[in-house]
Amino acid sequence: MKTKLTALVAAGMMAAAPAMADLVVPNLSYRTGPYGANGTQYADGFNDYFTLLNERDGGIGGEIVQVPECETAYNTEKGVECYESTKGSGALVYNPLSTGITYQLIPKVSVDKIPLYTPGYGRTSAKNGKVFEWVFNAPANYWDGASGAINYLLAENGGDLNGKKIALVYHNSAYGKEPIRTLQDLAAKHGFSLTEIPVDAPGQEQKSQWLQIRRDKPDYVLIWGWGVMNQAAIQEAANIRFPMENFIGIWWSGSEVDVTPVGAGANGYKALTFHGVGTEYPIYGDLKQYVIDPGKASQGGEHVGSVLYSRGMYAALVISEAIRKAQELAGTSAITATQLRDGFEQLDITPARLEELGLPDFGPEIKMTCDNHGGSGMSRMQQWDAAAGKWNLITEFSEPDQEVLAPLITEDSEAYAKEAGITPRDC
Amino acid sequence: MDQLIYSAEIFLNGLMTGVMYALVALGFVLIYKASGVFNYAQGVLALFAALTLVGIQQGQVPFRHLINAIFGTHLESFGWTLPSVLAILLTAGVMVLLAVLIEKLVLQHLVGQEPIILFMATIGLAYFLEGLGDVMWGADIKTLDVGLPQGISESIESVTAAWFGYGFFIDRLDIWATAIAALLVAALVAFSQYTKQGRAMRAVADDHQAALSVGISLRFIWVMVWSIAGFVALVAGIMWGTKSGVQFSLSLIALKALPVLMLGGFTSIPGAIVGGLIIGVGEKLFEFWIGPLIGGATENWFAYVLALIFLVFRPQGLFGERIIERV
Repeated sequence: MKTKLTALVAAGMMAAAPAMADLVVPNLSYRTGPYGANGTQYADGFNDYFTLLNERDGGIGGEIVQVPECETAYNTEKGVECYESTKGSGALVYNPLSTGITYQLIPKVSVDKIPLYTPGYGRTSAKNGKVFEWVFNAPANYWDGASGAINYLLAENGGDLNGKKIALVYHNSAYGKEPIRTLQDLAAKHGFSLTEIPVDAPGQEQKSQWLQIRRDKPDYVLIWGWGVMNQAAIQEAANIRFPMENFIGIWWSGSEVDVTPVGAGANGYKALTFHGVGTEYPIYGDLKQYVIDPGKASQGGEHVGSVLYSRGMYAALVISEAIRKAQELAGTSAITATQLRDGFEQLDITPARLEELGLPDFGPEIKMTCDNHGGSGMSRMQQWDAAAGKWNLITEFSEPDQEVLAPLITEDSEAYAKEAGITPRDC
Repeated sequence: MDQLIYSAEIFLNGLMTGVMYALVALGFVLIYKASGVFNYAQGVLALFAALTLVGIQQGQVPFRHLINAIFGTHLESFGWTLPSVLAILLTAGVMVLLAVLIEKLVLQHLVGQEPIILFMATIGLAYFLEGLGDVMWGADIKTLDVGLPQGISESIESVTAAWFGYGFFIDRLDIWATAIAALLVAALVAFSQYTKQGRAMRAVADDHQAALSVGISLRFIWVMVWSIAGFVALVAGIMWGTKSGVQFSLSLIALKALPVLMLGGFTSIPGAIVGGLIIGVGEKLFEFWIGPLIGGATENWFAYVLALIFLVFRPQGLFGERIIERV
């Protein structure tokens, strides 16, 4: 009996584990807990893109991509457990969709030599590949977002923000505090005043913060929020009749789930983004044919085309292109995590390549090198149309202010290198 | 002068916010009063009630993701939108049914156990209900609209502008919440003072054994109390869900009820209200006056520190019963 049981367990484990030749890209997702509504959509987009590659192309370079999912509930400890429990399966890259988990994984992936891909989140200064050899955050990071928002406001005000009042409502955490230093430097450069208004997690109750905004009457409000903090903030802004067109969110405060509960009051709210949105791209024809119609879409395909679904799909696209590049460089389809690092460092997703992939003008060109793991940092603005229930892209992609950002990246990454005893690479 | 006027506005908003906290705290008090159990699941009950209300009102098919995944169907909705009052009544019915099931499947098996065991059971219940709500209605954020108005009260704004030269912001939803909470407290106090079942509930709260010896059914009382707590959770869920959508972070509002309970006492309905008001006003004024000097975001911190100070000087809370055990 015991032998039979052991054999059964062993057979089960072999069936569950990815075949050795498969490419393994774990999906550290969160579909439960306070942030489940956000995490689910992102995870669906991530899964569906790899399903499309497997079903339509037979994987990447002939290798099927396995995407084992592990639930983190947006909890840092669980995220680390997920990493530890999946890294032995031949994991090639991690994308945990959490700045907290990213901070914990950075030293671990550096030891285990597994790339960590954190598009639009995580540690901003990881852009410096000389220090953060295993971390990539292209096409944009938080500081790029802060600069993108200010550039947009500069364009709106004829290039002059002198004397303007800007308030930053931020999640009182490492994530929410990320843009402060950048915005302070930009305030000094452009002559606007910056008021920092923290909100404690989870952020359901923000009366004090919005009474302050009502009293101070800033010209613009920027928000760095996540989860319920976004919906509560947009509702409070509508309640105090703050002009929505002057309220701008970072990309993590700019999805359908953030504005829908507020209804018509959210009309005109703006948010940054580093990718397109909606289903008006040729790729959705293939997704329908190979993934959605045959019933293989993650969670039944109910979020296809949403902002967070698109972002998850885009992350999967960048990873798959890095895998393709790594296969080309290594001359083998069954690449290792180290070879994938090389693939990321020589990745160049041109506009022409994006068009080939069925996503024309979906994102900026992503070009990474040994020293630049963050790409160009380009972003664009989208605006919510409450009546139509959709986001409209209202600007083209534009570059952040590298004159301000580059020294900050160098300063922060060098401080980390000193603290962690890292000798920067010679790139 | 400006600072005084702003303080008055913040004071009023603090009172309103306090009422919202008190709505959550009331559910805890009811169950603690009747059974001596701190119900860890009260926040999740509010979430579950709000999810069920939206689901029933919008005609969503419960467990549709599960059914679709197993049977390959594409069920979405029953195709109806129910009037708010009917949906609220049906949801209240579901909460009564839930109370019966909780009593039958959990509490009945734990009669006579230490309070800590019952507390642990409510922790398990919280996780179970959160998962059940997810499987039944999905993880998406839902818009809850039962017809409650939201946004600035323009009449208050114009009156205060005429008086002080500065129009106060008062959210109409908060005004409704205050009126509903006042009605709820009056009804609960009347129920516990003047009805047979209410007196039986108080008897059980005083002494389980003595209540049993005079023929009061402990099981009935528990079902009744959990049903009332479920209804209170539904009211809290409606208010908070209208504010920022029905989503799983709704269960975290329980964290705001804890300092309210520590301050007002675990056994007093008026205590929950007064505690809520003190916490609401205190945290808002502290944030306004002191917050900017120490970096802001002081509200959660302040609520617990204030509760801690009360614990040191009055462990039973403002209105709680003083427990004296003689050896």
